[in-house]
Amino acid sequence: MAIMTDTVEEPSAPPALKATAPKAGGSFARYLVTRFLLIFPTIFILVTLVFFLMRVTGDPITAALGGRLTPDQLAERIAAAGYDRPVIVQYFEYLGQIFTGNFGRTISDNRAVTEVLTTYGAATAELAFNSLVIALLIGIPFGLMAAKLRDRWPDAILRVFAILCYATPVFFAGLLLKLIFGVWLGWLPIAGRAGINAELELTSLQNPTGIYLLDALRSGNMEAASDVIQHAILPAVALGLLTAGVFLRLVRTNVIGTLGRDYVEAGRSRGVSEYRLLTKHAYRPALIPIITVMGLQIALLLGGAVLTETTFEWKGLGFMLAQYLTARDFVAVQGIVVLLAVIVAVTNFIVDIIAALIDPRVRF
Amino acid sequence: MSTTTTSIGAKKPLADRLPIISHLRMSAGLQRGMLVAGLVLSLIFILAAALAPLIAPFDFAQITDAEGDFPTQAAPGGKFIWGTTVGGFDVFSRTLWGAQTALLVIVMAVVCSIFLGVFLGLVSGYIGGWLDRVLVVVADAIYAFPSLLLAIVMSIVISQGQSSLWGGIMAAAISITVVFIPQYFRVIRAETVRLKAEPFVESAKVVGASTWRIMFKHVFRNATRTLPLIFTLNASEALLTLAGLGFLGFGIEPTKAAEWGYDLNRALSDATSGIWWTGVFPGVAIVLTVLGLTLVGESMNDLGDPRLRMRRKKKRTSGKGAA
Repeated sequence: MAIMTDTVEEPSAPPALKATAPKAGGSFARYLVTRFLLIFPTIFILVTLVFFLMRVTGDPITAALGGRLTPDQLAERIAAAGYDRPVIVQYFEYLGQIFTGNFGRTISDNRAVTEVLTTYGAATAELAFNSLVIALLIGIPFGLMAAKLRDRWPDAILRVFAILCYATPVFFAGLLLKLIFGVWLGWLPIAGRAGINAELELTSLQNPTGIYLLDALRSGNMEAASDVIQHAILPAVALGLLTAGVFLRLVRTNVIGTLGRDYVEAGRSRGVSEYRLLTKHAYRPALIPIITVMGLQIALLLGGAVLTETTFEWKGLGFMLAQYLTARDFVAVQGIVVLLAVIVAVTNFIVDIIAALIDPRVRF
Repeated sequence: MSTTTTSIGAKKPLADRLPIISHLRMSAGLQRGMLVAGLVLSLIFILAAALAPLIAPFDFAQITDAEGDFPTQAAPGGKFIWGTTVGGFDVFSRTLWGAQTALLVIVMAVVCSIFLGVFLGLVSGYIGGWLDRVLVVVADAIYAFPSLLLAIVMSIVISQGQSSLWGGIMAAAISITVVFIPQYFRVIRAETVRLKAEPFVESAKVVGASTWRIMFKHVFRNATRTLPLIFTLNASEALLTLAGLGFLGFGIEPTKAAEWGYDLNRALSDATSGIWWTGVFPGVAIVLTVLGLTLVGESMNDLGDPRLRMRRKKKRTSGKGAA
């Protein structure tokens, strides 16, 4: 998927639209509304899919507590939670609950799913943001460089580097980083989001954001802030490298496309510097497909977050998802999956809107 | 006319029927280097998978031999050239056997998803109507979602936690299949919609060919030309998904088959105490295999697309002129 998508040369409308929207010329507002409404089927389909897949294996109580309770106790709890009713009834009830923002309570540790989502969502957001920064810092400059020095040896090296980024599973990259920078060199901590002291201080703050770096800076605790940054580096690099490779290729392909255009040549003849040609004239127009594909990377990033968080014991949604999956706590799993589906759908919506704002050809 | 077709017909089947060989002939310079490197790595992977029973000194789940129990976490060297794991498994043997598991899963997953994805894509694209709309929206929803998560959910549903060798391989393969179907579906559907408007489909209709015959004789042949490319690219993604599943503990049980992702999970705690060999070898195996498959796929993509190929040549000469 990552490989397939980066050769997009022309900004194209989202595929779902091609099938449904009429080809008549429409206003931006109309596109906005159509595209917004398309969020719902996406979320609805994923929720439905996951709900029924999970129920194929049985009811959530037996799945989570099957070995630990007697059959009588199990039957009692199943009846109490309403899992003995027809699946289709439960399904519509669940849909109704989601709509009102009620995700139920986890079975394995009896917490409100919404609380789990807000507590750990912040950690995942922090990780995703950090890794995105790393990915852009690596991907864009090196992508520009590869485009400029196309088909010469730096380009070859950078292309192989990009493929290596993609070919290395995040957990292996994480393992290597831990081994080299954590164990052998002893420079950086290898697990968790903060040291014990910093963690205690940050969690005892008055209404924290949950994003440790923000919390530390807000409370003016510089020691904690530096501790948090040190903990954030390795996970961010491990996850960032995965997407950095995609960004590098993306920037390279698209900038090569725009570098060959006439107006670049015209700029050159007017005496615009090669650096400026590359970073302004060729790079700016190449941004549309880059932004579009970046939006698609959110799925890769979230999938990678599960693996990265497990590797670095980073207590975010991905880490908890793996825990709940192992515990067969399907109520919790469903809640997290619904949230992820919403994030993916909304991100794609925003990306399409940005693309439409930049390039009117996308609208119709 | 007839002479040209026969001369092409006589030459082409040799070189052009086999996708990789024809690509090799077309390639030059850097592109050829990447293709050859990819082919070599892929070949090593396939050989390791096929010959694992012959090369591997021990079985993948073997922890004792005639001389007694294997040492745990032994450093590389001597009898265990890549060392042993915390459970006393021989790392070298497990890495080799892991290639076999990986190859089986990749082939099954990709074949299943091609079969289903191509079928659905053809039907959806050719017949159209509400069926097409529903399938497109569903495929787009699945496509947008993190594939690994979906594969995990599938593997829980299929295997329910316990898995034998074939059960585990099937479960992993089917989980990956579900994730990949939308990709094949989209590609084939788009091609089918395009081909549907071509004159040869119309003329087949006029002659009185049935819908199924048109779909599977006329459209199918033309729509599936890009498949070898998607096959190679997906093979590498299938392997990464398998490893991810294994790493999170939703793959195949360690005593039923060797699996690189699972071994890396075990190696995670070793790494904190500086034991590198349990993780580095299976990890490098994944990286090199994915690298090999991706290089082959990439090169085929570049070579198969005349625009990319021509642009490359044109650019190169102009570059020389400028330099």
